[in-house]
Amino acid sequence: MTAILAARDLRKDFVTARPIFGTPTVVRAVDGVSLDIEQGETFAIVGESGCGKSTLARLLLRLIEPTSGEVWYDGEDLAHIDKERMRALRRDLQFIFQDPFSSLNPQMTVGALIEEPLRVHGTGPARVRRERVAELLTRVGLRPAHADRYPHEFSGGQRQRIGIARALATGPTVLIGDEPVSALDVSIQAQVVNLLEDLKDEFGLTLVVIAHDLAVIRHMADRVAVMYLGEIVECAPADALYTSPRHPYSETLLAAIPVASYGARRAHTPVEGDPPNPISPPSGCRFHPRCLYATELCRSARPELRTLPGGRQVACHHAETLTLEGLTNAEAARSPAATERFALYARAMAGSAAAPTDKNNDP
Amino acid sequence: MTAATEPAETATATLPRKQSRFLRKMRASPAALLGGAIVLFFVVVALLAPILPIVDPVATDWMAVRQAPSAAHPFGTDEIGRDVLSRMVWGARASLLAGVISVAIAVCLGVPLGVMAGYFGGWTDAVISRVTEALLAAPFLILAIALAAFLGPSLTNAMIAIGLSAMPIFIRLARGQTMMVMTEDYVESARAVGLKPFALVSRYVVPNIFPPILVQATLTIATAIIAEASLSFLGLGQQPPAPSWGSMLNVAKNFLEQAPWMALYPGAGIFLVVLGFNLFGDGLRDALDPRDH
Repeated sequence: MTAILAARDLRKDFVTARPIFGTPTVVRAVDGVSLDIEQGETFAIVGESGCGKSTLARLLLRLIEPTSGEVWYDGEDLAHIDKERMRALRRDLQFIFQDPFSSLNPQMTVGALIEEPLRVHGTGPARVRRERVAELLTRVGLRPAHADRYPHEFSGGQRQRIGIARALATGPTVLIGDEPVSALDVSIQAQVVNLLEDLKDEFGLTLVVIAHDLAVIRHMADRVAVMYLGEIVECAPADALYTSPRHPYSETLLAAIPVASYGARRAHTPVEGDPPNPISPPSGCRFHPRCLYATELCRSARPELRTLPGGRQVACHHAETLTLEGLTNAEAARSPAATERFALYARAMAGSAAAPTDKNNDP
Repeated sequence: MTAATEPAETATATLPRKQSRFLRKMRASPAALLGGAIVLFFVVVALLAPILPIVDPVATDWMAVRQAPSAAHPFGTDEIGRDVLSRMVWGARASLLAGVISVAIAVCLGVPLGVMAGYFGGWTDAVISRVTEALLAAPFLILAIALAAFLGPSLTNAMIAIGLSAMPIFIRLARGQTMMVMTEDYVESARAVGLKPFALVSRYVVPNIFPPILVQATLTIATAIIAEASLSFLGLGQQPPAPSWGSMLNVAKNFLEQAPWMALYPGAGIFLVVLGFNLFGDGLRDALDPRDH
């Protein structure tokens, strides 16, 4: 597999205070991130609030300018090409925003919002564009008649669908979602996640999903990168990360997922304190003040992100020696009868999916 | 009601539109309606001045000098026998024109400058903002008088002077609103789609900063009408013998005891138009309040 989007040593500093004399106060929101996103995968970036994951997402699409580093897409360094070329490339690289209430221009109709990317990239005459808008609306589960309405007439979930339709309009290859479901009700979250997965298969998208919650992306992501204070601390295939994390911070995040089964108790890993102030990050490993396993080495030397045998990447001095706890496999806890019923259900679902269904295209 | 006769399906499928909500809110406010009605009345009167059955506003009648209101002259006559009603009607043109055109000048110059300052920030913002603050430091009317005196006395120059004096308010308002809108996610979404800066400003920034500017413009028209009356009162606006409410008041002040009607009607005219624009502007502000969306 080849990387479709790759970041190399990406950094972004935000100046928080600029005194007349003396040095400005700088927050390093993203600090030397390198990652490879492969064609057709769903890549998740997780971490708690303020770890720089939204900044990273915006850097990948150059919605903000990086302080240094490179972003490679299709043989071009997005961070250094001229603005005109970047505008043209936006046809392939699209973004879904977190808050569906503020990310749609309230003065434009839904139809105009979805048509706009097509107009910007000069796709077809007006009639063709309108047909495409109707098609996209249907595809995301709305009706073509909704094109004449304004965003404030829709619910949060519907607005997020409009945002997705707008992002899909030009037929992108990479879709980056900045917490695309975190502003929605839990019942709506599942719908939108399923929609994204369907669209990914249908359009052959590469999906990058930002999340602060490992539970939401568990069944969605192929690979997961865990961020802490502007750095990637672990990057691994989703299954491997969930069952056997190799970085203490990943273990902490996993321990925060609620378990929904009778009598479920995990050996709880307590997280102590708040994330440190990113203006003056701790010495050595940035996680050491909150880490249960920190040693003298962690306090002095900063661990690099290194590749372990098997291809996983971890930034921890003790990755090889620590035994960390992931999620226990829920399947194993089921009784034989329950396992049988789940299997029956899976077969029934597979059967009905094979039959031609057209319920998404009701007129 | 018509809604009851509509088919049930469209009634449930079609939610109320923003426009209809705006109209409903305007209708629900008696003050805004009254203001709108007053403004409309004066606009219609001013437009119809040439065809109304009134005498020539500059025709003098030496047999009827400073006559009290009567059947022949419902508002009385002035110191050289001109009909006050006729001069009121023709003067409404000067007042309304001065109000609307000077505010149009202020909006057309101020809003682009304010949007530029808010959009580009940095040095552009610093230069525009300092100049704006310097202009705002001078009181509105003093600045208008100084500019009008500099440009020379005429109605056109008075409008330009008032427009330039009112401009800083619009620069500041547009700048602040633009800076606010620029932080919205939808502006970022415009960049994510690949919109060029000009299209971004014209389709994302301007429509979203428009409501407060419209409200400010309506309220400033009232101020501009007073300013025009003041300039005409000082002889810097409408030139004699053409009528304007301000210049009528200027002459009338000499005859307050002998002919109070000469001052009463122009004064009442200014009062009513300004009140009308203020009430209408307040209603507009409430109806366009984005917090209700």
